[in-house]
Amino acid sequence: MRPASSLSTLALVVSSAVLLAACSSVKLDEKPPVEEKTAKTVAPTDTREVKTVETKSVDPLDDPKGELAKRSVYFDFDSYIVKDEFKPLLSAHGRYLSNNKQRKILIQGNTDERGGSEYNLALGQKRAEAVRKSLSVLGVPESQMEAVSFGKEKPKALGHDEASWAENRRADIVYQ
Amino acid sequence: MMNKFLQRSIVLIGLLFATLAHAQLRVEISGVGATQIPIAIAAFADESLAPAQVSAIIKADLARSGYFKVIDTGGPISETAAVNFNEWKSRGADALVVGSVQRLADGRFDVRYKLLDTVKAAQISSLPMAVQPQSMRLAAHRIADDIYQKLLGVPGAFATRIAYVTKVGREYRLEVADADGEDTRIALRSNEPIISPSWSPDGTKVAYVSFEQKKPIVYVQNLITTQRTVIANFKGSNSAPNWSPDGSKLAVALSREGLTQIFIVNADGTGLRRLTSSDSIDTEPQFAPDGQTIYFTSDRSGGPQIYRINVNGGQPQRVTFSGSYNISPRISPDGKTLAYIARRDGKFQLHALDLATNQELRLSDTAKDESPSFSPNGKYIMYATETGRRLTLAVVSVDGRVKQTLSMQAGDIREPTWGPFMK
Repeated sequence: MRPASSLSTLALVVSSAVLLAACSSVKLDEKPPVEEKTAKTVAPTDTREVKTVETKSVDPLDDPKGELAKRSVYFDFDSYIVKDEFKPLLSAHGRYLSNNKQRKILIQGNTDERGGSEYNLALGQKRAEAVRKSLSVLGVPESQMEAVSFGKEKPKALGHDEASWAENRRADIVYQ
Repeated sequence: MMNKFLQRSIVLIGLLFATLAHAQLRVEISGVGATQIPIAIAAFADESLAPAQVSAIIKADLARSGYFKVIDTGGPISETAAVNFNEWKSRGADALVVGSVQRLADGRFDVRYKLLDTVKAAQISSLPMAVQPQSMRLAAHRIADDIYQKLLGVPGAFATRIAYVTKVGREYRLEVADADGEDTRIALRSNEPIISPSWSPDGTKVAYVSFEQKKPIVYVQNLITTQRTVIANFKGSNSAPNWSPDGSKLAVALSREGLTQIFIVNADGTGLRRLTSSDSIDTEPQFAPDGQTIYFTSDRSGGPQIYRINVNGGQPQRVTFSGSYNISPRISPDGKTLAYIARRDGKFQLHALDLATNQELRLSDTAKDESPSFSPNGKYIMYATETGRRLTLAVVSVDGRVKQTLSMQAGDIREPTWGPFMK
């Protein structure tokens, strides 16, 4: 026999009962014939049957559509200020971290390719630090965060144009 | 006449490279010094006995220096042969180099050379050496150094080495090569970036920043034993290592306090001491040769500029005032010249500043220069740049006239650092 959840079995039983009751007071050609057929073929339920329900807790961090799916804060050229549009993102991560004290994050700051490696490492650090400060203000403890920089060494976008540069002016939240 | 000499030198260098199986750097000369000493270099008697052709290496070194015009000679001339000085003078040579190579019973080679002054008809120098076969190239470089010193009054840097970072595909490598780009060796291979290599003063160790642990950490690696020591892995980013002249300490840039600041640490990682205290970025520390002053980059006045501070702390003094972006300070071995990268009109270009007169000289015409490094004799600066669409190294003399590029067959080269004189 094909396995069915208890819920769908119940639904089937209920709809069958409704249809059987309806049949006596309504004309045959007003009802879709398929339903009548189905109602007639239901087998009697075993009242001692137990069917398994699978359930598990979903870490909101793993939800690709959740508010924690976005991990990147983007910055304007020569800027180290977290823009308002990223405040909701940071609030979401701040809440999660406060509720999950065992979780730690690395905040990795990046710059676009223009300029020297070491100075850009320090500029990337400023971006990571800006995100860290925002999270700190939201109540996330120091012990759960570390701000580091990749400078210009690990660009995500490899072009040499403004679009690529904008993509690389970024701080990423990386859960450890 | 000049073109012919250059062409011959480049072909010679090309031949040298063609004979070697492993990857080496390709050197191309594009500029020579204002004056060049005409010098004839004979093949050394029996030099084909040895694994490296000594006279060819000497010719390539002196040609590459930009200060010599190498004159062709005929066959080999031993240092014991009688020399017709007038003949060499009439061929335009002010100096003549002769020598010989002999195999010794214990497997070493006896290398003898003489530097002769054709005008004075006298010997200027000689340097006999007994050399292991694997050290023949080094012996040739030492002879070239001797010639350079005797004729120019400045020590030669041909027997030195360079370190740099390459990226081939997804792999990053810290490599070491002779100053002529030969005999490349891989010191470190990684799948994460490596930046800011810095030679120890005794030339046996290199400090560098590695991202292998997903954040920048400063390591010191002994090139001989391969032992690696973490000398800075504090919270945040750790970078920009620079050795003190006596090799006992390193200056580093750490973000452990929030903003990047300069600290000093012992060479074994102990004894951390903070040096700068500002509300801005302070980074790229560089010890001056006297070990008393540290130059560094700071954006405390808005854009990044170069400052100096006493090694014991105190008020920093600003050094650069032209333009809004000056970074990557490097001090010449005599402490008198500052090399740095300045962004002017959107181009990042190598500059040199005379610290006494404050005169600034732009040294390149390219637009993406980075990481300058002085040769230990102070005559040249090696730096990273973009040539065509690839990242290569370049060398320029401090007066801007002598120019070369060093490139790889495939891949990018960055972050050069010129090694010290070694015994």
